[in-house]
Amino acid sequence: MKWPLSLCVGFLLFAFFAMAALLSFVWTPHDHAAMAIDARMQGPGPNHWLGTDHFGRDILSMVMVGARTSIAVAVIAVGIGILAGVPLGLLAAANRGGLVDEIVMRGNDLVFAFPSLVIAILITAVFGPSAVNAIIAIGIFNIPVFARVARGAALPLWTLDYVLAARVAGKGKLRISFEHVLTNIANILIVQGTIQFSLGVLAEAALSYVGLGAQPPTPSWGRMLADSQTMIALAPHMAIFPGLAIVFTVLGLNLVGDGLRDLLDPKLRRAR
Amino acid sequence: MFVSTRATKRAGWRLLLASTNLVAMAHFLLSRLVSLGLSLAVASAVIFCAIEVIPGDPAAFMLGLNAEPEAVAALRHELGLEGGLLERYLAWIGGMLTGDFGVSYTYRVPVTELVVARLWVSLPLTLYAMMISTAIAIPVGLWAAARRGRAGDVAVMGVTQLGIAVPNFWFAMLLVLAFAIGLGWFSAGGFPGWEAGLFAGIKALTLPALALALPQASILARVMRSSVLETLGQDYIRTARAKGLSERQTVLRHAFRNALIPVMTILGLQFSFLLAGAIIIENVFFLPGLGRLIFQGITQRDLIVVESVTMLLVLSVIVVTFAVDLAYALVDPRLRRRA
Repeated sequence: MKWPLSLCVGFLLFAFFAMAALLSFVWTPHDHAAMAIDARMQGPGPNHWLGTDHFGRDILSMVMVGARTSIAVAVIAVGIGILAGVPLGLLAAANRGGLVDEIVMRGNDLVFAFPSLVIAILITAVFGPSAVNAIIAIGIFNIPVFARVARGAALPLWTLDYVLAARVAGKGKLRISFEHVLTNIANILIVQGTIQFSLGVLAEAALSYVGLGAQPPTPSWGRMLADSQTMIALAPHMAIFPGLAIVFTVLGLNLVGDGLRDLLDPKLRRAR
Repeated sequence: MFVSTRATKRAGWRLLLASTNLVAMAHFLLSRLVSLGLSLAVASAVIFCAIEVIPGDPAAFMLGLNAEPEAVAALRHELGLEGGLLERYLAWIGGMLTGDFGVSYTYRVPVTELVVARLWVSLPLTLYAMMISTAIAIPVGLWAAARRGRAGDVAVMGVTQLGIAVPNFWFAMLLVLAFAIGLGWFSAGGFPGWEAGLFAGIKALTLPALALALPQASILARVMRSSVLETLGQDYIRTARAKGLSERQTVLRHAFRNALIPVMTILGLQFSFLLAGAIIIENVFFLPGLGRLIFQGITQRDLIVVESVTMLLVLSVIVVTFAVDLAYALVDPRLRRRA
């Protein structure tokens, strides 16, 4: 099977930042937290490839460690959404019109009425700013997304012959949901997971930009941008590189999502 | 004789159709109103409980470490912090229904006053951004769809893919770098107030509105493009082409209007994105809007402000969604019947 171009480009982009994040565990060009006031706000050069910030810290090292924060927060938030949302959605589809279905659908309406960022701000304000609370805030909004997608994808499967055959064979709804339905909607869930992943990276950046994400000294892309804001006229490189890191990571993930959809859904591909 | 019976018959049919239509519409309206009320009730309860969870007593916080217990008790009484959870919740809701949002713990002025002043920044900003986003996205999406697969379309898809990936606050900083610091056309932040004149106000909101609008315009343009492409595959478009309309006439007269329906839904959703985005963007440009008010409220433990502003934001999103649903039903009668 030939991989779509967007999948290849997106994968390369994302892999680049994922590798940087992994590499930062064992090696960064400089200590990301080491300050050197005499070398502050230097532009990109041979010693500091992406320059230094207002404390003389190496921006490349900070961007690498920041990748770790961004990706970890987004991955765990997506994990929360899948682990809690998918079973709910499957259950709702299996008992269409039942109590669970009703709760899932109404809960969905409610969560979509809240501007997600406002509530994320509220949650982090209530429990205090930290990476963990940012994860919870983003994760909570992923639950109804996955519940809705899983329910929508699972519903039509319940009328198909192989599910009917499984019922005739005496399998219960729960077993059918996980053995037959889940395996057949995995494609759709993977595509949705990629989309939520990229939204998670953006949300983490926004939260840490307003000071509600990972706290110092842990570097995060959003806070690097917030720090650079007052210095933007003097040291524009401080704002440009963390921003580019966010853009390319999100762009990579979006392209992977598009590519996977083309790859996994032949119907859609033909329609294009 | 024959003519008159046919006329009565026709009139009767029309009456029947109109009445079923009315009944369907009333039913639709009622069910929507009920869900509107339910959403508001649950949302307010969630917000109230979330704020109640915050550890720390605002009265003790305001008076500092060495406060006399009597002073704290007096302040608690003044702020309306006494009484049970349900009692305070009902008082809060009842107050809001009559336009009384309570008194800010830190500013000691009615929250309504604070909110109204800030609303005059946040609301124009959101609407301005929405206008820019729509004005760009609809023509661009239409244009790309008409050139499907050609260079122009590919360029639009590429640029919008990038636009979706750009965080609006970073884009805002780039705009400041280019147009405020580089070219000096705009100021880098702040708001002179509408007293300084309409032009000065609009000028101060232009960069923030652009920063908010462009990422959203990317999404909207893509929705518009795919929606036009979908309508272009319909039978009535083939008919329009077959009867000899030019491609331009086909697209503008037939595809365009039908393609707007899904775009309307996204526009309704965008309102909530823009409003939430405005909270962040206001911080970039130091605009005295609702976003700054929320953040100040959070840092100063001014819970009543946080509570009320959040509720107001949620309320506006729910009402806009309701309005979009309604507009939808007016445009597309099939939706009314389904509900």
